[in-house]
Amino acid sequence: MKEEHLLLSKVTIDFPTANGPFRALDDVNLEIKEGEFVSLIGHSGCGKSTVLNIVAGLHQATTGGVVLDGKEVNEPGPERAVVFQNHSLLPWLSAYENVELAVKQVFGSQKSKSEIDDWICHNLKLVHMEHAMDKLPSEISGGMKQRVGIARALAMEPKVLLMDEPFGALDALTRAHMQDSLMEIQNDLHNTVIMITHDVDEAVLLSDRIVMMTNGPAATIGEILDIDLERPRERLSLADDSQYNHYRAEVLRFLHDRHAKVAA
Amino acid sequence: MSTQLAMMFENFRFGFVENMIKFVKGTSMQSKIHAATKNLLLSLLAVGVFLMVWSSVASQIVTSLGNVPGPAQVWTQAVSLYDEHVEERQREQAFIERQVKRNEAKLAKNPDAKVKIRPYTGKPTYLDQIWTSIYTVITGFLIASLIAIPVGIICGLSNNIYTAINPLIQMFKPVSPLAWLPIVTMIVSAVYISDDPLFSKSYLNSAITVTLCCLWPTIINTTVGVSSIDSDLVNVSRVLRLGWMTKVFKIVLPSSIPMMFAGLRVSLGIGWMVLIAAEMLAQNPGLGKFVWDEFQNGSSNSLARIMVAVFTIGLIGFLLDWMMLQLQRRVSWDKGATVR
Repeated sequence: MKEEHLLLSKVTIDFPTANGPFRALDDVNLEIKEGEFVSLIGHSGCGKSTVLNIVAGLHQATTGGVVLDGKEVNEPGPERAVVFQNHSLLPWLSAYENVELAVKQVFGSQKSKSEIDDWICHNLKLVHMEHAMDKLPSEISGGMKQRVGIARALAMEPKVLLMDEPFGALDALTRAHMQDSLMEIQNDLHNTVIMITHDVDEAVLLSDRIVMMTNGPAATIGEILDIDLERPRERLSLADDSQYNHYRAEVLRFLHDRHAKVAA
Repeated sequence: MSTQLAMMFENFRFGFVENMIKFVKGTSMQSKIHAATKNLLLSLLAVGVFLMVWSSVASQIVTSLGNVPGPAQVWTQAVSLYDEHVEERQREQAFIERQVKRNEAKLAKNPDAKVKIRPYTGKPTYLDQIWTSIYTVITGFLIASLIAIPVGIICGLSNNIYTAINPLIQMFKPVSPLAWLPIVTMIVSAVYISDDPLFSKSYLNSAITVTLCCLWPTIINTTVGVSSIDSDLVNVSRVLRLGWMTKVFKIVLPSSIPMMFAGLRVSLGIGWMVLIAAEMLAQNPGLGKFVWDEFQNGSSNSLARIMVAVFTIGLIGFLLDWMMLQLQRRVSWDKGATVR
């Protein structure tokens, strides 16, 4: 693992409002190693998505910045692919065509037609969607849409994969399936991943580190928890694992004791 | 014994389930037919009530042109309008045949003789008027769409351009077509001067008037459709670093097609209403002129003939909208559109 793959340095962001600037994030510092899976967890409205959007380049930090492999991030780009919460597939394109749009854009000049086709199929296979390649998003379930969204992001061969509550809109069983799939893919590809989640189990199960954020306004990183569980991880055997439950309890304590959300 | 019983029971149960499945499958087909029949009956019922109310009310109102016609008289006039059309066509055919024979005879006598071919100058029949109106409205609508869709896209993409031309759109949108008509007429007769005109002036006047009224709903709907594109899809295009052209053609346009079609359908509906009024006012050929002529004519059949025109106008308006809907279903990814 190479050190200092992705660096967030003193990231602060102010959003202009009618009553003057609103400070959403204050002095966020984070170093992420290559191949690391990092979860951001915190109460809703604490600025998790803002952190992700700044890394993606969709938002610009007011002060501070993001450095990826020694280059500052100033704009969005396919080397920081995003999996959006509500899949964001183009509804008029089939699963295959949605991935194709990304692959053609990123590799259009480097790969031949058949290589592009192979690469699209390969990525759809990775998320177990090869059987529904020609279906429109409206014809497949929520979980399947999210799989295609992940395939689209993976197909860009990103240096960092950014996932904004990728399974938040799915039911519990589908979510568990998707988490297992994601771990499987992660075992093969060793992507650097930043994932936002609300779900404590999801965070502990998937992550190498969990970044816990304080409540906004002026949210920042409260604590970072290293998850030292062996991979591959298996949800059933971990359910009784004392170490796993200890990590779970740590996150829960942070969220509900030390940084309890004031009832809105 | 007990196992036999159990098997019998099993068979019975299995058969029962199978029958249930058959029954349910059968009913799904049957229920479709049932629903279709129900809808048809409901529509027929409404038409029946309408015809009854119409005929009972009509017979009690006496105008200077006689009784207001009931359904029966209107039907008679519809048939007679069609017969007149057939008759007129036969007359035209006969005229052309006579002319051909005469010219052949002339040429047989003297191969160098100059033959004149005169066009038939009978008055347009009801079906001719319908056809004139249809292609006029389609011309006006197509011109309007060719202008309005690009303008709408540009307005949707650029807030500055939208802000700049929005006052113009808002001001011209509520203008009645009939206010445009005199101006259009004057301008066409001043500008469109040709010895061998490809289109008649009246056709241009009507079509341009339709265009002026068809522009606005399409511009506004396209603008809204383009500017209200889902921000997640915009983010996708930003992450992919799509070029401007790719972004517009792969993301912006497809996502605004449903709104665009909503605008086009409103436009075509307005255009059709406007055209009839314009034809009445300007005496341009078409269904509007037919209505006006019958009104001026004032025979005992006139009201019934106008009623035929009313139903024709309604039916064609409905068919035009239905055609747009079919086109929309073909072009758009959003299959939820229905006739409303």
